[in-house]
Amino acid sequence: MKEPKQLSVSAIQNGTVIDHIPARNLFKVIQILGLDRIDHQITFGTNLESKKLGKKAIIKIADKFFEDDDINRIALVAPDAKLNIIRGYEVVEKKVVEVPDTIVGIAKCMNPKCITNFEPVTTRFRVVSKKNVSLKCHYCEKITNQENLQII
Amino acid sequence: MKNRSLVSIDDFSSEEITEVLDMAADFEKKPVRKLLEGKVIATLFFEPSTRTRLSFESAINRLGGKVVGFSDVSSSSVTKGETLHDTIRMVCSYSDLIVMRHPIEGSARYASEIASVPVVNAGDGANQHPTQTMLDLYSIRKTQGKLENLNIFMVGDLKYGRTVHSLMMAMSRWNATFNFISPEELRMPEEFKLYLDNLGLKYYEHTDFTDIISRADIIYMTRVQKERFSDPIEYEKVKNVYVLKNSMLANTKPNMRILHPLPRVNEINTDVDANPKAYYFEQALNGVFTRQAILCTLLGINIRED
Repeated sequence: MKEPKQLSVSAIQNGTVIDHIPARNLFKVIQILGLDRIDHQITFGTNLESKKLGKKAIIKIADKFFEDDDINRIALVAPDAKLNIIRGYEVVEKKVVEVPDTIVGIAKCMNPKCITNFEPVTTRFRVVSKKNVSLKCHYCEKITNQENLQII
Repeated sequence: MKNRSLVSIDDFSSEEITEVLDMAADFEKKPVRKLLEGKVIATLFFEPSTRTRLSFESAINRLGGKVVGFSDVSSSSVTKGETLHDTIRMVCSYSDLIVMRHPIEGSARYASEIASVPVVNAGDGANQHPTQTMLDLYSIRKTQGKLENLNIFMVGDLKYGRTVHSLMMAMSRWNATFNFISPEELRMPEEFKLYLDNLGLKYYEHTDFTDIISRADIIYMTRVQKERFSDPIEYEKVKNVYVLKNSMLANTKPNMRILHPLPRVNEINTDVDANPKAYYFEQALNGVFTRQAILCTLLGINIRED
């Protein structure tokens, strides 16, 4: 007999569920998507068991649907995130995030001598590796890798 | 080509580089031409660099242009706290082109995005110094008669030396083979070796400065700087290992030439200077011709019409 599936975070009627976020990056995802500044009902769970990630986090945002370009911004911190689009308590669409070719204004250049760390310049990177995210600064041309990635 | 800037050597295609080198060769034949008459060039040196500044100013003067600018930040408004953004905006209204040297990396790219006139990067921190690369390419082509299929030896500080990085990237367009000779602490960084791997180009690393140089077409020497070492004892150990002496040149190829971005300290013994294979002083002179060609290219001046 199949065990009844328990939901750690209560279901939503309409909106977006973002699953498989690495637990340590939950708040970065919230920040990147600006969820701390919107009026929608948001529930999240973190440090949930995950076979794939160890500890994962999940976010449910009621009545909110994202454009692909917006959602791909979280790929830097949650490359395995999966989106479920919910309408009437049913999953009507599933999406995965994709690391974009360029990253504008999300990440900080790790080079302390880079102009972006001296003057109010919007950071810009070319993604040189999508698997182990590696970013080349448009300005100083230095590489910022996953371990040194800081979200602005 | 309006408002074209030169920030990194990669901003120019191989064909464009060749055109600049051809134009530089014309300037070598006839350096004094009034092509920049009535033009004002701003030279903004946020950090001192006598050699580069004099080379640019010489190039501008030979073309009949006028120079405004500063050679030291203490005499500019930067000391009053002005941002680079505001300085560039202001200077654009006084000049037709900006030559800038700045200690902060990426400052030249940023300036080129703000400026309404072309920007030439004369060095942005440890990042890029494309006019040096261009004059190195000119020197290589002039001494070897070609850029293709050469064996380039780079010696000394290969970790921090931006001139060797830019030259390596540029020469990789012409199927070069590279030999890197450096102390363990100052080896060519992984990212650059990866770059060559991806292009399928051959390179060899050595820690000993030996007779292996008999295979070289070009030996590019750099300074091993004391401040690059975390351990002063390590510096003392290597400082006399990467010194080129005249006796070492006996078995080198007849076409081989020695280049150095200058200033040198002790890494090329003065007994090399008289050897016809020593090319570093001519190399510096070539800088004036290549900078003349770069200025004219960016300003869209066709030299054939004069």
